[in-house]
Amino acid sequence: MLGLNKKDTTLLFIVVFMTLFAPFILNPFPVGSQLAQFNAGYPDLMQRFVIFGIFAIGFNILFGLTGYLSFGHAAFLGVGSYAGVWMMKLLSMNVIPAILMSMVVAGLFSVLVGYICLRRSGIYFSILTLAFAQMSFSLAYSVLTPITNGETGLQLGLNDPRILGVSQVEGSIPPANLFGIAMRDSYELTLGGWAFTFNAGYYLCAVVMIVAFYAAIRIFRSPFGLMLKAVKSNQQRMNYTGLNSKPYTFAAFVISGVYAGLAGGLMVAMDPLAGAERMQWTASGEVVLMTILGGAGTLFGPVLGAGFIKYFENIFSKINENVLHQWFAALPDSIENVLIAVVYPFIGKGWHLTLGIMFMLVVIFLPGGIMEGIQRLVNLFKRRRTTDDERAGGSSALANNAKAAE
Amino acid sequence: MSGFRGTISRRNLLKTTAASGIVLATPTIFTSKAWSQSAFVNDPAKLGKLVLGFNVPQTGPYADEGADELRAYQLAVEHLNGEGDGGMLNTFSSQALEGTGILGNKVQFVTGDTQTKSDAARASAKSMIEKDGAVMITGGSSSGVAVAVQALCQEAGVIFMAGLTHSNDTTGKDKRANGFRHFFNSYMSGAALAPVLNNAYGSDRKAYHLTADYNWGYTTEEAIKSATEAMGWETVETVKTPLAATDFSAYITPVLQSDADVLVLNHYGGNMVNSLTNAVQFGLRDRVVNGKNFEIVVPLYSRLMAKGAGANVKGIFGSTNWHWSLQDEGSQAFVKSFGTKYGFPPSQAAHTCYVQTLLYADAVARAGSFNPCAVVEALEDFEFDGLGNGPTLYRGADHQCFKDVLVVRGKENPSSEFDLLEIVEVTPVDQVTYDPDHPQFAGGALGTCNPGA
Repeated sequence: MLGLNKKDTTLLFIVVFMTLFAPFILNPFPVGSQLAQFNAGYPDLMQRFVIFGIFAIGFNILFGLTGYLSFGHAAFLGVGSYAGVWMMKLLSMNVIPAILMSMVVAGLFSVLVGYICLRRSGIYFSILTLAFAQMSFSLAYSVLTPITNGETGLQLGLNDPRILGVSQVEGSIPPANLFGIAMRDSYELTLGGWAFTFNAGYYLCAVVMIVAFYAAIRIFRSPFGLMLKAVKSNQQRMNYTGLNSKPYTFAAFVISGVYAGLAGGLMVAMDPLAGAERMQWTASGEVVLMTILGGAGTLFGPVLGAGFIKYFENIFSKINENVLHQWFAALPDSIENVLIAVVYPFIGKGWHLTLGIMFMLVVIFLPGGIMEGIQRLVNLFKRRRTTDDERAGGSSALANNAKAAE
Repeated sequence: MSGFRGTISRRNLLKTTAASGIVLATPTIFTSKAWSQSAFVNDPAKLGKLVLGFNVPQTGPYADEGADELRAYQLAVEHLNGEGDGGMLNTFSSQALEGTGILGNKVQFVTGDTQTKSDAARASAKSMIEKDGAVMITGGSSSGVAVAVQALCQEAGVIFMAGLTHSNDTTGKDKRANGFRHFFNSYMSGAALAPVLNNAYGSDRKAYHLTADYNWGYTTEEAIKSATEAMGWETVETVKTPLAATDFSAYITPVLQSDADVLVLNHYGGNMVNSLTNAVQFGLRDRVVNGKNFEIVVPLYSRLMAKGAGANVKGIFGSTNWHWSLQDEGSQAFVKSFGTKYGFPPSQAAHTCYVQTLLYADAVARAGSFNPCAVVEALEDFEFDGLGNGPTLYRGADHQCFKDVLVVRGKENPSSEFDLLEIVEVTPVDQVTYDPDHPQFAGGALGTCNPGA
């Protein structure tokens, strides 16, 4: 279907299902319960899941396929965001021009950066991209303050011109919208003790992510994608055969820059602000973490990794001492205090520590990321089933085992 | 053929799932924010709980201040709920609060980490509003974050009570109808400091500015520059220093070569600690230029910074919003209950956050409603006393508090690690008041209050 083989079609369907039903999947606990703390189905976080999913998918096209580790990818996201906010300030609050402009500007910027950085490969490439991103960050933070509004971040104002729209509606800034549907509009569905929020902005992001994901599958499976994989496995040999690999890596770089711009544009569409720290090296590092955590080079891994990190950042960081006291209230005071003392460093402001430990565990035990973990589980399950089949007189266990060992 | 059948059945499966979902959903209450009863977002009456969102930096350069702010918020919640000794509730001129929560609702709170980044701060504030049902957001230890979160609260339709934010822009060009600031600002620092500097150092001085290269630095530099130039000082040079800088020697050397006799450090937090230490190490304070002793000025002081810079702050002038050594009734009540709970005196960041929480609660109680528009109306042009800064006005035109400003100096002989600053002068409020359309604050508009829904 859609030019995909059966396996990819299944994957695409899984992604479509997960994104469309995310409000249900992410809100498994009733509102009033203690566990409601772990619900992630509120609009802002759901939007972040898919937006960073797009960012990671794009990054994976460069890093997963060609092995070029860009350490400055957040710069494209940031540049895209600024372009998006400017479109909203100058043109209209409709999100379409903002998103398109973000992609165009990020694409152009990645052409410039890619042209220079791709002269080197390996660690030198990484350092060059890092330098570019830090340069962009510093410029946005101070020198370019008239364009970027510096540390405060670029935001909308009551007296922005907005050529194709209105500057203000009854003293407030008009909301970002898609042909009249405001991005922040939500419908709330209450089913018994559960509440599910369906947000217009989230569904826009979700649809865009599905399209982006589909495009990524097509790129992965195309001859172009194969060429990129060849760059990863041995670029030198490829050059010796007389192939010029540069146009391919360049194209991959620009494509992933446009993906980053798209993510930046969507961020602006959901929340019209662009801050310079979006371009900081920590932000660039984050997308690297997402991709590696989820599984570099796999189609779905980066999306999972993005979700994982954003979940930690937004849910774990908000568990404070009071919440812990509520959880352990049933225990005697002394045990309660000991337990809290043990758990406390890993939650709240210590979420970085927990994430770091998880990352280490994944990298050491599952070098292929979460996707490898899932693959192993699936294989375990399959193997068990085949042994059952064998007992029942089945065959082809050998072939399956060989696959599992891969 | 089998493959074809496979896809159809999958599609059918999806269709059936979707259809049954819709059927299940139909009889249940299908509510939209537009149809709901409340006229504003996160109505505690509708949610059945009252949640305030405390959004402070828990990691990053201002983590110390954030931790102190959080302590103050917890104390404020205790006092509002009638626990503890009541603190400044007893000295507050408005007696609308009775220590029974707000309008009979027990105050609950959620906390979040701004990381001193506008993006992270907005994400955290959004989750408080969307997930936890917060009806008011407060906090912040940096103007960039405060401005960003204030704009978000305006869009979302909740009240924002700014924490420590000193930049003119928060109630200047970036002011919002749903946002309020109790803390003082750069202009007030300049207006309060200038006369004191004039008395101490004379009116014939040449100043050299080192300014942190971001928004707050710019507004502070402008404020100090115009205030000192108005009394006859000359500004020799203004140099921007990167925010991430930790070593300022490269910026101090040119000061030695210039004929400036005053160095103004428009730095805050770790920046100020490092630049001041460097300046002292370079012997600036022992220099004599133009026949006068070389002096250093730090426009915005905080106790936590003074602690970091140690002995280097001795004798250096600066301004501050509040200091725990103030002798009025309100300050003493606050210091006492804070000290009893935590074992040390509160910082100015803690004070402003505590006061903001009380002011919000009081405004709700007086308005009789949590509706942001009613709260805005109750706070605008509200005059109060007993919260540590003397008689104070919440000006309706820009949502800025007007009150006395303290000019402080590093103490020569500190008696404890908290007793680092001494109050030189309490600048009366008239001297720091400005027009809402003063050039340093121009270019913004409050707009109208937004109740969300």
